[in-house]
Amino acid sequence: MAIEKIHTENMFLHYGSKMALNNISISIPEKKITAFIGPSGCGKSTFLRSLNRMNDLIDGVKIEGNIFIDHINIYDKNIDVVTLRKKVGMVFQKSNPFAKSIFENVAYGPRINGIKDKNQLGEIVETALKNAAIWDEVKDRLGDSALGLSGGQQQRLCIARTLAVNPEIVLMDEPASALDPLSTSKIEELIVGLKEKYTIVIVTHNMQQAARISDLTAFFYLGELIEFDKTKKIFTNPEKKQTEDYITGRFG
Amino acid sequence: MTKKTKKEKRPEPSNSGLIDITRKKFRWSDYLAEKVIKGTAFLSITIIVLIFVFVFRESVPIFSSAKPVEKTETSAGAQPEQETYGEVTDKQVDPEVQETYGEVTDQPAAPEVQETYGEVTDNSEESGSTDESYTVSAGSGHDDNQTALKSLLTKDWVPVSEKPRYGILALIVGTFKITFISILFAAPLAILAALYTASFASRRVKEIIKPTIELLAGFPSVVIGFFALMVLASFLQDVFHYDTRLNSFVGGIAMGIAAIPIIFTITEDALTAVPKSFYEASLALGASKWQTAFFVILPAATPGIFAAVLLGIGRVFGETMIALMATGNAAQMGLNPFESVRTLAATIGAEMAEVVFGDTHYNVLFLIGSLLFIFTFVINAIAEFYVKGKLMKRIQGK
Amino acid sequence: MIRSYKNNIKGILIEGLTLSSALLIIAIVVVMVTVIVIGGKDQLSWEFLTSFPEDGMTKGGIFPAIYGTALLVILMSIAAVPFGTITAIYLTEYAKENSVIAKTIRFAVRTLAVIPSIIYGLFGLGFFIKFVGTQMDNTFMGGELKWGQPNILWASLTMALLTLPVVIVSVEEALKTVPNDLRAASLALGATKWQTIRKVVIPGSISGIMTGTILAVSRGAGEVAPILFTGVAYYVATLPASLSDQFMVLGYHIYVMTTQSANVDQTMPIQFGTTLVLLMLTFILNISAIVLRYRIRKKKSN
Repeated sequence: MAIEKIHTENMFLHYGSKMALNNISISIPEKKITAFIGPSGCGKSTFLRSLNRMNDLIDGVKIEGNIFIDHINIYDKNIDVVTLRKKVGMVFQKSNPFAKSIFENVAYGPRINGIKDKNQLGEIVETALKNAAIWDEVKDRLGDSALGLSGGQQQRLCIARTLAVNPEIVLMDEPASALDPLSTSKIEELIVGLKEKYTIVIVTHNMQQAARISDLTAFFYLGELIEFDKTKKIFTNPEKKQTEDYITGRFG
Repeated sequence: MTKKTKKEKRPEPSNSGLIDITRKKFRWSDYLAEKVIKGTAFLSITIIVLIFVFVFRESVPIFSSAKPVEKTETSAGAQPEQETYGEVTDKQVDPEVQETYGEVTDQPAAPEVQETYGEVTDNSEESGSTDESYTVSAGSGHDDNQTALKSLLTKDWVPVSEKPRYGILALIVGTFKITFISILFAAPLAILAALYTASFASRRVKEIIKPTIELLAGFPSVVIGFFALMVLASFLQDVFHYDTRLNSFVGGIAMGIAAIPIIFTITEDALTAVPKSFYEASLALGASKWQTAFFVILPAATPGIFAAVLLGIGRVFGETMIALMATGNAAQMGLNPFESVRTLAATIGAEMAEVVFGDTHYNVLFLIGSLLFIFTFVINAIAEFYVKGKLMKRIQGK
Repeated sequence: MIRSYKNNIKGILIEGLTLSSALLIIAIVVVMVTVIVIGGKDQLSWEFLTSFPEDGMTKGGIFPAIYGTALLVILMSIAAVPFGTITAIYLTEYAKENSVIAKTIRFAVRTLAVIPSIIYGLFGLGFFIKFVGTQMDNTFMGGELKWGQPNILWASLTMALLTLPVVIVSVEEALKTVPNDLRAASLALGATKWQTIRKVVIPGSISGIMTGTILAVSRGAGEVAPILFTGVAYYVATLPASLSDQFMVLGYHIYVMTTQSANVDQTMPIQFGTTLVLLMLTFILNISAIVLRYRIRKKKSN
């Protein structure tokens, strides 16, 4: 069936002396939406950040075990982390546009990749903004500061910015948690549209959201991967008791 | 479904778009930037070390008695001491000249001073103008470093004479005296003002006080010195009726003005760093605002205030321009605040431009510099490590 | 009731005491400014600012001192601002907060900030003039004396060392106001660390770098002690034309005019005028720095 994109086996992660991820083994398919759910502090975000090595930036993080993307071990010592992050993009919980114009925000990635040609940049920006479903709203004011956009627009701009680098995987860390319902539904719609081209991994604390948009769902609890299966199965007939308790709202 | 199906590692990474992540790229710009930035960051440490090395290096010859003084320039040997610096502008200790400040050129030192110091008249050579040629090294030939070293701990500072003596005791006493006076003036004022700002002042009043203090911090010390010399000295003399117009009292007040912003700022920081919960708890127990300020906030911030005073001391101790302009510059040992004094820093500032490089006098000035440096370094280190540690303990209860 | 009445009195006394301390400080500042403004305002004229001293500095203007001050702070900034900025970047972007290196550098910076300015003067003399300058003379000038004596280059570099901590502290404060989210966003887009610093962090802290520069300039314009024997001159008839020339500055001009002038009474207006010019200069610089910093802090708290 689906082609495997991300694959981990017996992966552990420590923050200093504290174990944050315990023996994670998972296999995430290509061009699907995979959701990570679980109560806060369960390790889902930490795991997500391991997939493009953003955890490298945090002092005291130690990782054992391997993570493979397209069967390449991204924790191999020869891996070029900078290039990896271009291939594995990330959208953050809080929208974080640069204090630049809308255009420059999206053009940032291509520019650092050495694209200087104005026309080419213009095309990339337009495509990215269209893919992020925000083109119509901003096409007349690309020169305006990105900070003038609404929260939902900013988040879609951040998605566009990520897409402009042309990643293969897009990691999303609770991308709609800070938004109003209307903006949230727009973002959700957008995410569903994106899976045609990209492998998407999304962390969410909103179970309905996971149920609505994802193909597969992984339930994390206390640093462990409790259950991973088709979303439908997880939400209707989970195998583990803990999953069921969480889904039904008994804790978390 | 996909769970744990294709788990075996495949050595051939197929035709993945990620293939180019497997070759670590060497990025020149990043590598260079990091090296340059790292290297530059060490500059501040390097400078400290260099200051240590070079200020001490120039004072070392004093301790090596074997080396004779290099005479770069020998002046007419029998120069009368009074005239060491050509026209000496001796403004400090003559009662009669005090008021008519303008005419003080060519005044020999006051009789009292001569009595105290025998042949001393030249503790005024700071005023020898810089544009004069070096007629200076009078008598340095008679000296050697050993006698200089021996004379260090005496009270006679007579660097330019037939028999130069480099007793720095009077300078040290003068420096401490003036530091004491200025801290006595500045510390209570600054601390109380900071307490007001932190505990009582409304937002709007704060917005007046704080920028004013910042402005005061920006006052060049030469401007404060000028103010002290022109206005403050006469004013204080009118109030206190003392004889010597420029003295350690005037200098101390002027330096206190310079130290106020430091003490204020650090104290205010320490006071506002006291957790709000202390404040609220105290009020909840029925204490009034002033009781809280005095018995809760102030004690909790004591280490920080101590640091503030220490740094204020450091500031005053090494202050040069105010000392040059407002203290009278006579090296006297007395403890009377209304006598002229001469500080360590002012001595360097006044005399360094006129000494012969490599001369004993030159080395002694560097030695004084080393003392100043060590003193401020230690003060800062105490403020930094001891006090901060205590403050942390007190506030966070660690 | 009586107790609380007494307490009230005490409270009023204590608040009054602290208030009057604050007022006294403000009064001191106001008096100083007023005296200098009143004393110097009649002297201020275009001519005073743009002409040379005359008649053994008893008449004429202060142009060389203004020019020298400007040149000094420009050369100083060229040296101090890049080094200070880079050090601040190291401290915020590269060094780990609690590493020994970072702690040592921070301690060194704070020590530099408290070393008396006269010590910098000694260092400038011992290091720049007697060590570097003499070496340069021996190497390039065949022993002829050119760099081994006080000049504007050594004075500016000495002043740059003095103002380095000012720049570092201001820039560091500004760099810290750049949210970590933005750094993460840039890195997640595949930017390298240096690209992130260059394109996101530094542009986000330009105003901080400016504040630091202004404060450093203000400090450098007013300090006299460090340049007493590293390059400043009592009087030079020509403007400094090369780095090996001596120069005049406002602060030193005030000092020599008040303590060594042939006729202090006659030159009193010039003294007040010069002091007023220096004070205005530092005021303008400081106020703009205060405003800028206020804006940065506001941005941070948002």
